Amino acid sequence: VKRELSVDPIACTGHGACAELLPELISLDDWGYPIVDDAGVPDALLAHAKRAVAACPTLALNLQASSAMRRRSSKRGGDG
Amino acid sequence: VSAVELPRLLRGGGTLEEHLEAHAPLPAEPDLIDACARAGLRGRGGALFPAAVKLQAVAGGRGARTVVVNAAEGEPMSAKDRVLLERAPHLVLDGALAAAAAVGARDVIAAVPGSAGRAAAALERALAQRAERRVRLVSVPDAFLAGEETALLQALAGRPPRPRLTPPWPAERGLNRRPTLVQNPETLAHLALIARHGPDWFRALGTETHPGSTLVTVGGCVHRPGVYEIEVGMDLAGVVRAAGGATERVRAVLTGGYHGTWVDGARTPAVRLDAESLEAAGLRMGAGAIVLLPSSACPVAEVARVVGWLAEQTAGQCGPCVHGVAAIACQLDAIRAGRADRLAIARLDRWSAQVAGRGACHHPDGTVDFVASALEVFEAEVEMHRRFGPCEQCGGRAVLATPAHARLAA
Repeated sequence: VKRELSVDPIACTGHGACAELLPELISLDDWGYPIVDDAGVPDALLAHAKRAVAACPTLALNLQASSAMRRRSSKRGGDG
Repeated sequence: VSAVELPRLLRGGGTLEEHLEAHAPLPAEPDLIDACARAGLRGRGGALFPAAVKLQAVAGGRGARTVVVNAAEGEPMSAKDRVLLERAPHLVLDGALAAAAAVGARDVIAAVPGSAGRAAAALERALAQRAERRVRLVSVPDAFLAGEETALLQALAGRPPRPRLTPPWPAERGLNRRPTLVQNPETLAHLALIARHGPDWFRALGTETHPGSTLVTVGGCVHRPGVYEIEVGMDLAGVVRAAGGATERVRAVLTGGYHGTWVDGARTPAVRLDAESLEAAGLRMGAGAIVLLPSSACPVAEVARVVGWLAEQTAGQCGPCVHGVAAIACQLDAIRAGRADRLAIARLDRWSAQVAGRGACHHPDGTVDFVASALEVFEAEVEMHRRFGPCEQCGGRAVLATPAHARLAA
């Protein structure tokens, strides 16, 4: 199963631990908030990704099945 | 009623008697969701999302459902929802009750901003005339983001109107964690007419992918600013004519309000107001706010002031929005004042790319789109300000409104 990382931008307070632990997939913007590579997590980095998720002090980093799979399983609403 | 005759929504009907005279009584529509899907009705709150998809999602949910009439029009240059409620409250109520029946909702909540006193009063009178007890009127704060669906649901739960992360969408988990249909008043009014006349009647106006009529709020340098009902797909020249014509030379037009886009005055007349044409032109319909910026106004001062205001309107929850939009606003103001270096535009591009898509809601995305189109259309003026500072027109009367809304950020 292809996995990908996502950040809950409301929970994230920019500690930056994730970018320290997983620089291959996570960089920081000019204010110290993580920008996550949306191409998905390669198998070789999965263990590192799990470590980064566990290290987030605000539980803002998540690892889940890729969005293409989630879209199929979830009905969509939308605004407007 | 002829299918091609306008107005459809604004035919009058403040009182129940006038309403029933202007529109036949609401028939019991066996399958409103299907009719709505065939009509191709898109939500008129700004996102143009297919109304039938939302109705279907709520109808298919579990538990006590609610319908919310989202009149929390926080866009300063839009007045169409409050004007519709003032002039045709019964039509909006018809739509809300028909939608409630279609999705199996018991309660209807009409959310109206505190500043829309006349709309709230019209709705209250309409409810009294019908002795309708299932509809509750709730006053919500005036804030740019108050109309964002999830923010509105927070306000209805007694909290500050701050967006939450989606999914789950309100159609899945909304008020009291139950499926909630949040629809714009104009969308519901169209629904009430589709219930009466059917999808073919609705499609007699507009385009294949964006059918019907639509309300627009025309402001800036026109002789008769206000709310107009037009056929979807009408060109901007026609919209300007409907508003009495321009009072002076038009430098540019803003379509879609403060999360919308600028188009150069020279390109303006041919621009067609339907989702497909606007998207092809890189423009946005939003909730139909259209502002003509006169040549006598300073576009740089106007844009810098609005973006400063948008930075204040952040909900204060997401770092990239709080810091990024504020940084963009600061940089634009430095350009306006002639205090920015040669890298200012590159910096704006960099920050815009960094904040886009990184909030819980679309506030950062909409703001950077507004900024990007302004930098493109007003490139010459921006460079002049950056090098030489404020121009003679900078101190003129403001065209774009920046009302004193409450701040949501802590």
